Amino acid sequence: MAAKKIVLTFPKAKIDKPIVYKLIKDFDLVFNIMKASITPDQEGHMVLELSGEPDHIDKGIKFLKEQGVKVEPLSKEIKVDWDKCVQCGACVAICPTGALHVKDRKTMEVVFDPDKCIACELCIRPCPPRAIKVHF
Amino acid sequence: MAKTIAEINEKIKRGQAVVVNAEEIIELVRQKGAAQVAREVDVVTTGTFGPMCSSGAYFNFGHTKPKIKAGGGTALLNGVPAYTGWAAVDLYLGATALPEDDPRNKIHPGEFAYGGSHVIEELVAGKDVRLTVESYGTDCYPRRHLDTWINIKDLNEAVLFNSRNAYQNYNVAVNLSGKTIYTYLGTLKPNLGNANYCSAGQLSPLLNDPFYRTIGLGTRIWLGGGVGYVAWQGTQFNPNAPRLANGTPKRPAGTLAVIGDLKQMKARWLKGVSFVGYGTTLNVGIGIPIPVLDEEVVKYAAVADAEITAAVVDYSEAYPQGKPEVLGEVNYAQLKTGEIEVKGKKVPTAGISSYKNALIIANDLKEQIKKGEFLLTEKVADLPTGDRAPAFKLLNERPVKEAN
Repeated sequence: MAAKKIVLTFPKAKIDKPIVYKLIKDFDLVFNIMKASITPDQEGHMVLELSGEPDHIDKGIKFLKEQGVKVEPLSKEIKVDWDKCVQCGACVAICPTGALHVKDRKTMEVVFDPDKCIACELCIRPCPPRAIKVHF
Repeated sequence: MAKTIAEINEKIKRGQAVVVNAEEIIELVRQKGAAQVAREVDVVTTGTFGPMCSSGAYFNFGHTKPKIKAGGGTALLNGVPAYTGWAAVDLYLGATALPEDDPRNKIHPGEFAYGGSHVIEELVAGKDVRLTVESYGTDCYPRRHLDTWINIKDLNEAVLFNSRNAYQNYNVAVNLSGKTIYTYLGTLKPNLGNANYCSAGQLSPLLNDPFYRTIGLGTRIWLGGGVGYVAWQGTQFNPNAPRLANGTPKRPAGTLAVIGDLKQMKARWLKGVSFVGYGTTLNVGIGIPIPVLDEEVVKYAAVADAEITAAVVDYSEAYPQGKPEVLGEVNYAQLKTGEIEVKGKKVPTAGISSYKNALIIANDLKEQIKKGEFLLTEKVADLPTGDRAPAFKLLNERPVKEAN
């Protein structure tokens, strides 16, 4: 089993076709939709985590590309500047995936788990010392 | 057997004082009982590190040649307006001051990327800050313009003076409305999406001395990484708030006005912060030592998170409209689990005051006392309680009618 986070950009015309569904049915892949913004008559965007056999993932991605979907690795990266961080929990309250979380309930230390991060950027502005930045 | 502060100070000077923080004393009292702990321990250290809006600093930047009178004119520090209603070269800069051209909440919620608190942090960090003064010129102060770099080390005085810090307990903020709101307690998601609290709980200074028996005017404290003093009761001081049987208030109650030399403070403990949609404020670090005079002091200082409650308040309606309703009471042990229940719904919690940093402060103060570097003081006067307690009331608004 392998897992890969990818960013999909759907051209206008493809939006009404069930492309992602095919990944399960034809390629035996498990996917987790981490972020999606699909609007009729506009380009659609989706962040997916695919997991399955490595060759199935490769075939699935090839299929997506054949359908005219742009596939890119999730390259946006959230970084926390721990010198700036004041160890409050304002980000913990906002983070939808638990990537920013309290490590243990005695010390109340706030930590960041990049593996859980989907780079949704919701934490950037609520951080009082503005210690969180996006890197491309 | 009762101890005096003078006796405790003698032990501190000899390097023999037994000092524990306000977290450690909880377990000690559970094991040994308050009477034995009162005999064995000399000082309990507390700490808190959170946003405290009524904070700021005053400066005397030194006379220019020829002289200028900022008083009655305007002064900017890195573009942030400072208060000039004083003599020639004294200024006060408040944490929430914003540059005139900051867009505020024009596009809601605003960023509030830079304000007075950030200037204070940069000064403390030793960075040069741009001072711009415009004045009107007098016979004795003829100069009208000044535009110069200043540095904290060159200022005659740089003094942190905060009119309200170290709140003895605080609200837990939630949002009952259907849209996200942006508050000084952080971003609150709609329909009870999250609950933010703001106290160090069992480590918080005034929660460990709930009736201000040892903390009073003149108490020497750990302030912003340096040494400070309690100058007065803080504004909105409200000791008559309802209390639990253990003495801790169930609502925001006591507050402290504090003062100290900014030059020996550290930028790590005076952090400029921005609350989206609200404004800027200063994260202030405060630690207060509690002398163990007798068993009663120990009992109060051994209060645990589970024994301190806070009120859950709706910041979409009750708080902004000044309505007294609370949605319930929860204790800090519950808040620290990461989830509370409000109106039958499980709501995730987060602390805006940093417990981790509060503990670092309490431990730093503990080490300083153990090494004989920090002596305790007798208070000069009590904080005003009982009949002397100030009334905490709303403004009695008397609208002014325009003359025709």
